[in-house]
Amino acid sequence: MSKQKTERLLSLVVCLLSASRYLTAGQIRAAVPGYPETFDAFKRMFERDKDELRELGIPLETGTNPGSDDEVGYRISRQAYELPEIRLEPDEAAVLGLAARVWRQAELAGAAAGALLKLRAAGIEAEETTQPGIEPRLQTGEPAFGPLWQAVRDRRPVSFGYQAAGRATPQSRHLEPWGVVNRHGRWYVAGFDRDRGSERVFRLSRIDGPVTFTGPAGSVTVPPGTDARNLVQEWDDDPPPVRTAVLRIKPGTGFGLRRRASSDKPGGDGWDVVEVPFSESGGWYADYIASFGSDVVVAEPVDLREAVIRKLKGALA
Amino acid sequence: MSPKRKAGAGSGPAERRSGTATDRLQRLLALVPYVVSREVVGLAETAGAFGVTENELVDDLNMLWCVELRSPDPYCPIDLSYEGGEIMVSQAESMDRPLRLGTDEASALLIGLRMLAELPGPQDRSALQRTIAKLEAAAGEAAEASASVAVHMDGRAPADIQVRVAEAMRQDRRLHLSYYVPGRDEATERDVDPMRLLLLEGRTYLEAWCRRAEAVRLFRLDRVLALTVLDVAAEVPESAEHLDVDSGLFRPSPDDVRVELELAQHGRWVAEYYPCEEVTELGDGRLRVVLLTPDTRWVKRLALRLGEEGRVTAPAGLAREVEDEATAALAQYA
Repeated sequence: MSKQKTERLLSLVVCLLSASRYLTAGQIRAAVPGYPETFDAFKRMFERDKDELRELGIPLETGTNPGSDDEVGYRISRQAYELPEIRLEPDEAAVLGLAARVWRQAELAGAAAGALLKLRAAGIEAEETTQPGIEPRLQTGEPAFGPLWQAVRDRRPVSFGYQAAGRATPQSRHLEPWGVVNRHGRWYVAGFDRDRGSERVFRLSRIDGPVTFTGPAGSVTVPPGTDARNLVQEWDDDPPPVRTAVLRIKPGTGFGLRRRASSDKPGGDGWDVVEVPFSESGGWYADYIASFGSDVVVAEPVDLREAVIRKLKGALA
Repeated sequence: MSPKRKAGAGSGPAERRSGTATDRLQRLLALVPYVVSREVVGLAETAGAFGVTENELVDDLNMLWCVELRSPDPYCPIDLSYEGGEIMVSQAESMDRPLRLGTDEASALLIGLRMLAELPGPQDRSALQRTIAKLEAAAGEAAEASASVAVHMDGRAPADIQVRVAEAMRQDRRLHLSYYVPGRDEATERDVDPMRLLLLEGRTYLEAWCRRAEAVRLFRLDRVLALTVLDVAAEVPESAEHLDVDSGLFRPSPDDVRVELELAQHGRWVAEYYPCEEVTELGDGRLRVVLLTPDTRWVKRLALRLGEEGRVTAPAGLAREVEDEATAALAQYA
């Protein structure tokens, strides 16, 4: 069954590619073997075949031949069908395999392999070579990646449940997505948030449940000059250190803290005195110090010392 | 969280076997131009490029050869032969060029190429820039959507360390690492033979044969405290295999301890940050997570850092250790 279908679709493509003019359904039926006898059954199968070819990206055009009757016909324009001439030098072909490998088992892996196949078919020798240097990998474990890629690709608005940090339950959000961005290994989607009436960024791992398209393709307008790279920016970088903590650390411990030390000396009482610059950001540094337990005591500043004490008391509560 | 596998999302041509009728059609449409552009090409080589067996390839060639159009006059548009293991196409009608790239196809390669072009390091970017330009030109409109995906390539590795590791790899030299293990708060010393550098989940890793563990290990470059390039050639044993980094960095083992944590709202990040076996909503934004780990020392540190935002509920011994440690730490502030 599947073999017959492949044969029929192949013949149909060859037939329409070779035709110099639009062919009517009747002419196609006469030329392409494998269609059923009755016209209705043929029509139904032909409709499905057209859809399948279009899904593969084959540009099936509809029209009428000039100066002829009005019956609609079909053709595939070779110019629209064919991959334009592309020639790559050996060093250029070599990087293609590496680029495809970025996806490995991630969302667009199949698309990358399909692209390589077409380029090889255009005569390019894209080998899967290993080269010295770094191999980057993209991972798209978040189920939301697939639908959000389709949404930015096709410019469609979406809605999804979102579990924001510090909220008890997921909320329904409506977004006109402008770009999907990976930063520090995490995926984000940015765009115009219809609920908030302004630009917002969402983390894909916090999207809860399915992503639903809420409008047709082409119904999202991305503001001119939008650069996806800049949509998710510096806000997740550590702010520069502006203060200095004075820590007492047991010898042979606290390597994580000592790594950033500006001064590290024995204190004479069996403890080392270590000075570490730190930035004021959301109590993160106090949490980190608390993770070292009894190996580290904060001498200064007082607010950091108190934050660590609170943290440790919290662990006992 | 460990990445979820997608069924059927193959990684190379070998995994794009003839599945559906349209999969096979795509292969057939690429096969003719593949041969035409090379004039003559071996069966074995072609089967390899398309990820099929030679028998499957011969079936494909027969199907192409058998295409017949019946009207206006019956004719066979494709003529080819594969005698002696060499394929030749003598007539290809209008099928001698591949189909143009689809949006997903063009985007997959362009996103990958732009990532490579952004990597830090001394490698030659000109080949990448030229390839990107040529591919954009060939893909036309299909290339446009790729601009809506961006990947920041900052692997958070100290630049000097990365440059020296790359240099040692080029010269095939052994490295001595002073390597920080945060879970145990230890600096470890080891000699390693580098295998490759990887950028995974936003971090740069060195995959190397660790002579201390006598096994392949991944080292996060931002945890390398000090590094010496040794005057010794690297010797990666024949038996050393690349780690399967594509199925997630964390691999549970049957000997692992099962740790249960209860998290309050501000501790929910734990479920995103660590690979959890189970995640259960407890209401009011609270979560119960189950982690598997061979070494619970890091969980103790995690519990101390969480304070009132998280609690170890099992095993009981670990919960007691956390309490004892917090008590001892507080005593020093008294």
